[in-house]
Amino acid sequence: MTDTLTHLDRLEAESIHIMREVMADAAKPVMLYSVGKDSAVMLHLARKAFYPSPPPFPLLHVDTTWKFRAMYELRDRMAAESGMELIVYQNPEAKERGINPFDHGPLHTDMWKTEGLKQALDLHGFDVAFGGARRDEEKSRAKERIFSFRTATHGWDPKKQRPELWNLYNARKAKGESIRVFPISNWTELDIWQYIARENIPIVPLYFAAPRPTVERDGLLLMVDDDRFPLKDGEVPVERSVRFRTLGCYPLTGAVESEATTLGEVIQEMLLTTTSERQGRIIDKDGGDASMEKKKQEGYF
Amino acid sequence: MTDPIYVTDALIAEDIDAYLAGHEKKSLLRFITCGSVDDGKSTLIGRLLYDSKMIFEDQLAALEADSKRVGTQGQEIDFALLVDGLAAEREQGITIDVAYRFFTTEKRKFIVADTPGHEQYTRNMVTGASTADLAVILIDARKGVLTQTRRHSFLAHLIGIKHIVLAVNKMDLVGYDKAVFDRITLAYRAFASEIGITNFTAIPISGFKGDNITALSDNTPWFKGPALIEHLENVEVGSAADEAKPFRLPVQWVNRPNLDFRGFSGQLASGKVKPGDAVRILPSGKTTTVERIVTLDGDLGEAAAGQSVTLTLADEVDCSRGDVIAAADNPPEAADQFEATLVWMADEAMIAGRAYWLKLATQSVSATVQAPKYEINVNTLDHLAAKTLELNGIGVVELSTDKPITFEAYADNRTLGGFILIDKLTNATVAAGMLHFSLRRAQNVHWQATDIDRDMRANLKNQRPALLWFTGLSGSGKSTIANLVEKKLHRMNRHSFLLDGDNVRHGLNRDLGFTEADRIENIRRVGEVAKLMTDAGLIVITAFISPFKAERELVRGMLPEGEFLEIFIDTPIAEAEKRDVKGLYKKARAGQLKNFTGIDSPYEAPENPEIRIDTTAMTPQEAADLIIDRLLG
Repeated sequence: MTDTLTHLDRLEAESIHIMREVMADAAKPVMLYSVGKDSAVMLHLARKAFYPSPPPFPLLHVDTTWKFRAMYELRDRMAAESGMELIVYQNPEAKERGINPFDHGPLHTDMWKTEGLKQALDLHGFDVAFGGARRDEEKSRAKERIFSFRTATHGWDPKKQRPELWNLYNARKAKGESIRVFPISNWTELDIWQYIARENIPIVPLYFAAPRPTVERDGLLLMVDDDRFPLKDGEVPVERSVRFRTLGCYPLTGAVESEATTLGEVIQEMLLTTTSERQGRIIDKDGGDASMEKKKQEGYF
Repeated sequence: MTDPIYVTDALIAEDIDAYLAGHEKKSLLRFITCGSVDDGKSTLIGRLLYDSKMIFEDQLAALEADSKRVGTQGQEIDFALLVDGLAAEREQGITIDVAYRFFTTEKRKFIVADTPGHEQYTRNMVTGASTADLAVILIDARKGVLTQTRRHSFLAHLIGIKHIVLAVNKMDLVGYDKAVFDRITLAYRAFASEIGITNFTAIPISGFKGDNITALSDNTPWFKGPALIEHLENVEVGSAADEAKPFRLPVQWVNRPNLDFRGFSGQLASGKVKPGDAVRILPSGKTTTVERIVTLDGDLGEAAAGQSVTLTLADEVDCSRGDVIAAADNPPEAADQFEATLVWMADEAMIAGRAYWLKLATQSVSATVQAPKYEINVNTLDHLAAKTLELNGIGVVELSTDKPITFEAYADNRTLGGFILIDKLTNATVAAGMLHFSLRRAQNVHWQATDIDRDMRANLKNQRPALLWFTGLSGSGKSTIANLVEKKLHRMNRHSFLLDGDNVRHGLNRDLGFTEADRIENIRRVGEVAKLMTDAGLIVITAFISPFKAERELVRGMLPEGEFLEIFIDTPIAEAEKRDVKGLYKKARAGQLKNFTGIDSPYEAPENPEIRIDTTAMTPQEAADLIIDRLLG
C-alpha cells in the first residue's frame, strides 16, 4: 500500500472540502483577507475550490491604516485577479481618535482590529467568516475547531464549541450567531511555504530580504515604512538587509536580518532558525501568558 | 538521545532545493495519543515536538522558566507544559479538550490529536480518534494495564482504527526491566484479542528521558525495535485501500458559473473516477457518464479517493447537494431505518422518539432514535439495559430517518457510514454515530399507491384540510376552546375531528405513562393519526399540553406546508392553577403527581405560533371566533 496523495495534496483537498461545506448552510459568507502569506494560500485554495466560478463571497480587509505599503499594493492586485469584491473596513472611531500603535499600545489592536472586525461583520450581516489561522501558531489555537462558533456578541466560549468528527461540520446556528471557519487549521508554517513554492502563489515582497530602513527598539527590528514613524532623539534609520516572517502593522512587526531573496532560501532560513514565527509579533505578549486566549474570548480573530 | 537525528540539517544547509523536492513527496499520518492523566502523554508529545525541532529557542526559554515555576519535574524541563494549552487547564494541570499538534520528519508529516484520558471525556477521545489512522495507547510501566487502558483501546477499536501502538512509558522508573515490559505486553494481548484487536506493536519508552523515541536506546538492549518514530514513519496506512473500493462522491456544491457549465463538486469518499466512466446518481438511480474532471490546474485524467474535484456529466440529470455520484455497476443502497452505535456527547441526555438532525456526508435529514437496545459499559464492556444515553454513554440503537439516505456500513466506508446528530433547538452536536446495517423495513414495506389522493378527498368535502394544534398548560382552556371551534365548524358544514388528550390516553395510547419519553411517543402517535385524518380531508383539532417544542415541530414536519396551525392557549401558570378544573395542580403540589407540566416538568412556550390566544384578555367564544376567522379567512 502506498500513498498516491502527498501531505500537501491532502491538506489542499481538506481545505477545499471545508470551503465548499460552508456554502451549504451559510447565508452570507465572507473571507477575511489580511494580505499575509496565510491569506494568500487561503485565497488560492478558494479559487481552486470553486473554479470555474469565482469564489462566491467577497474579501474583507479589516484595515488599521498602519499596514506596510507593499501590502496594500498586493491586496488590490489580488482582488482584481480573483474577480472577487474587496471590502475594506476601517473603524471610524479609531480613525477619528487617531488611534495608532506608537501612542496607544494595546488599544491600537483592540480598536482597529478586534472592534473593527466586529463592526464590519455586523454592518454587512456576514454569518460565516473564513480566517487564515493555523493551529500550529500558538498554544490556545491548537484546540480551536475548524468551525468556531461565536455568540451574537462575537464571543468565543471554549465550552460551547462543538465536537468535530470525521469531516462532518455542524454549521447550524441561530439568528445573530456566527461561525468563524479556519480552512487551513491543519497547515504548518512549512506547509504554507512549500505550497506557495509549489503553486507559485504571489506574496508580499517583504517576505524576501532586501535593504530596508530600520531602527532597533526593545529588541525588535522595526522598518520605517513611511514618515509617520516617530523617531526618538538621536535615532537614525539604518539600512539593513531584512525580511519579515509575519506581516501586520509595520510599527508592531519585527524584521529579521536575512539575505534570503528566494523562496528556497526563505524556507532554508526558516528550517534552520531557532526562534518561532510569532516571536516578531508584539501582540501575543500583551497581558502575559494567556493573552491570545483572552483576545479570542473578546472577539479577536 | 535528544539529538534530532531524523532531521537532516546538513541537506537543508547544503541543498535546500533537493531537500524541498524530497519533502514535497512526504505522506501524512494522523494519530492520537491516549493515556491517563499520569501516563506521561503530554510529556511524550512535548518530546516528539522537541526532538523534531518544532520547539524554538524563544519557546524553549519560556518553557525553561515555566518548568522552574510550575513544572513537576524539579529543575528539569517539563515537556508537558509545551502542550497544555488553555489557561484553565494549566492551572488544573490536566488537558481538557482535543488539541492538534504537528511535526514532521524526513518521511512524513504528522498530525497528533492529543486527547485527554479522564472518564468524563470519552467524547473528546472519540472526536480525536475519528480522523486518526493510528492510536498510541500509553501505559505507565509501574501500573500496567488499567481500566483506562481498556477503555481507550475499546474506543480506538470502535471508531475503526486499525493500527494500535502500545507505548509502555516510564521505563526509566522500572530500571528498564524487560520482565516488566513482557508482563504488560502479555496482559494487553489477552485483553486486546477479547475486543477484536488482533494486531498491535508494543514499544518500551521513556518520554521524559527520550528512550526508544527517535532511536533505539542503549538502556534497553533487549528491545530490537522499532523505535516509536521509526514505526510511525513506516506503518502502512496508505490511501490505496480506499482507492480499491467502488467509486463514491458525495455532492457538496453545484458549480454553475453560467448556463453552459454545470459541475458537481465534492471529495471522493472512495474509489477512482475518470472521464467516460458510467456513474449512477443516488437516490434517483439515474445513470450517465462522467464527461470531465475539472480543476483550476486543468482537467484531470483520473481522480482518486481523498481528492476534491468538480465533475461534469454527459447528460442533463438532476443532481444536487446531498446526492451521491457512484459507480453505476456497484452503487451503495438507500434506506430509512438503521441499526447504529451512538456515542452521546451532550450534557442533555438522549430522548427516545425526539427528532434530531442527522448529518451523514453531505446529506441532512430528520431522524428519530429509539431507546437503546443496550448500552456498553466502556470499562467492563458489559451490555447493560438502558432507556437513554447520558453524556459519554455508548449504545446500540435503532433509528429512522424521514426520508431514505444513501449509506454504507461504517466498517466499509467511514464517510458514508459515520454521522452526527444535531439538536434541532440548540443546534449543538449531541452525538456521533456509526451505521451497522439497514433494517430493510422501508424497502419491504413500500408505499401503496392509491388512485384517490388527498386532494380528491378534500375536494369532495369542499374544504382544505388542516391540523389545529392546541398547546398550553393543563387547565389553560385548550379543550374548552377546541370544543367550541369544532361546534362552529360543524354548523358551517365542515368535516372535522377533535382528538382530545385524555380520550386518546384511554385507547390508542393507554400503554404510555407520563415520563418524558412516553410523552414524546404520545405526541408522535397523535401526530401520525392526525396526519392520516388530514389525508382523508378532515380538519383535525387536537388539544394536548404538548410541552416540548421539538415534538410540535416534529408534527409540523409531517404535514404539507401551511396545514399545521399551532395555537398557543396562553394562560399564566398562576391563573391555570387558580382555576384547577380537574384538581390536578393541587395533587401535583402535594407530590401525588409526578412529571406535571409547569410544576416539576418544563413547558416550552411556542415562540412564533400561528395563533396566540391570551385567555386573560378574551372569552372562550371570542377565542373560537378568532380561530375560525384565521382558519377560513
